[in-house]
Amino acid sequence: MNCIVCVASVPDTASVIKVGGDGKSIDEAGIKWIVSPYDEYALEEALQLTEAKGGEVTVMTYGPARAEAALRDCLARGAHQAVHVVGGEATLGDSITIAKVLAAVLKDREYDLVLCGIQGVGTDSSQVGQMLAVLLDLPSVAIVTKLEVGDGSLTAEREVEGAKEIVESPMPALITCQKGLNEPRYAALKGIMAAKKKPVEKIDVASLGIEEGADPFYRVESLTLPPEKAAGTIIQGEDDPSAAAAELVKLLREEAKAI
Amino acid sequence: MAGILVFVEQRDGEVRKASLQALSEAKRQGGAGGAVTAVLPGSGIGDVAGGLGTWGAEKVLVADDPNLVRYSAEGYAEVVAKAAEIAQPSAIFFAGTAMGRDLAPRVAASLGVGAIPDAVALTLNGESFSVRRPVYSSKAFAEANAAGKTPQVISLRPNVFAAEESGGSAEVVAIDGLSLSIRALVKALVVEAGEELDVAEADIIVSGGRGIKGPENFALIRELADALDGAVGASRAAVDAGWIDHSHQVGQTGKVVSPSLYVACGISGAIQHLAGISSSKVIVAINKDPDAPIFKIADYGVVGDLFDVVPPMVEAIKAL
Repeated sequence: MNCIVCVASVPDTASVIKVGGDGKSIDEAGIKWIVSPYDEYALEEALQLTEAKGGEVTVMTYGPARAEAALRDCLARGAHQAVHVVGGEATLGDSITIAKVLAAVLKDREYDLVLCGIQGVGTDSSQVGQMLAVLLDLPSVAIVTKLEVGDGSLTAEREVEGAKEIVESPMPALITCQKGLNEPRYAALKGIMAAKKKPVEKIDVASLGIEEGADPFYRVESLTLPPEKAAGTIIQGEDDPSAAAAELVKLLREEAKAI
Repeated sequence: MAGILVFVEQRDGEVRKASLQALSEAKRQGGAGGAVTAVLPGSGIGDVAGGLGTWGAEKVLVADDPNLVRYSAEGYAEVVAKAAEIAQPSAIFFAGTAMGRDLAPRVAASLGVGAIPDAVALTLNGESFSVRRPVYSSKAFAEANAAGKTPQVISLRPNVFAAEESGGSAEVVAIDGLSLSIRALVKALVVEAGEELDVAEADIIVSGGRGIKGPENFALIRELADALDGAVGASRAAVDAGWIDHSHQVGQTGKVVSPSLYVACGISGAIQHLAGISSSKVIVAINKDPDAPIFKIADYGVVGDLFDVVPPMVEAIKAL
């Protein structure tokens, strides 16, 4: 049971976002970079599967030099090998190009299951996993909250609006992982030390025959911050909560016309 | 290439509201200089197809097959790709539902193009769409395009674009020659009892956070949600405490929502939560702590204990 886990290095979700000097991307000053939270569910699931059934977890990222820290974090949590396709700044948000890069690396490798997070937080596209499945011609299930792996097949629960779909698929397959699938582990000190010694395979994106930025499928013309909100109406409700509730409902009905 | 192809989603013969919104928007955009064509996969859906003319479709391409009775990523993607081959559109619209968000990238990849998700505004320049979309969980907005590639595959955020009847009629054409070789097969659809309304689709959301103190008190949140005909949401703190299923979580690692009314009860307002609700039309906060960050983005706030404020609120709403 060999698993490939695709991860992305993204700004910490607690980051305050500022627009950079080019007006098209974020100001990276002061940003702390983390493994995209959904990718942590993908990694955890792969670790649990290989712990139960044997095999290895290979974690892969396509990103600039700083993304190696995300791979080291995954190695510290127990991944066996890491692959770093170096690049990705010119293709941020260009999901199909990112999927092509990952597919170019994976097409010659052996695996039973490819696991991705449902989306990289930041670009929030939620597309690379599905595109990668198409490019690799793999059956796939997205937004998985429960997984059972049998002999050459899997059963997954997939979250849809107000319901769950139960999907069966042969393997090799690809899944995208959603919160609820498992509880990701933290790296222990021993793992962090061991991770320093594990090799990270470096691949130059140009060696895959892809010239970054030469043929984009997604172009950002501008990035702006949402307008600041005007101060709202605050009602003091400590002394007479019933009166406050009545006033709120009246305002929502008559002023906001929201109910 | 000209025109807009719109994927229309139905469950048990009922067309999703978000699909009607996408169809209406295609019509409002003048079909990008061509025809508006709907593509409708399913089983036993003949009656549904004709009705789509009312919402702006000039032609409906129908794939009616028992293998399409439930959603299948591979089967549905094949249908839409085939429809794109027939209609040769300059753009393909999807409603940004769970199904649409899953299908759009698959169709795009099989057509050899990219996809732009989660549009909240569309501007047509010639045949090229400029797409406004939230990024960093609505902490910022990008104005993006498909860099001149066609078809432009775009998913539209539900409840942002209006559904409008335009009173036309549509020609219904069956799609032939599908292989429908489906490997990942949906075996069952399990509906949560009494919880059909999802926060991602709801027009009104009432959410509970750490301040509700325990899972049993979601009953109070649900009472208010029911009185408003809304859905029940939750903060990450409430979900991580195990009080409610993750499907209810609103925020950066949950669902980013844009309802017309969002009521936050006992939620202090972490930056991830505020980002996830910032595009709501009206935000109401009920919290004991007058310094809670949630009050900074609330249009209306009540400083008080939610256990004292919410019950009379429910009564006042019922009395309307």
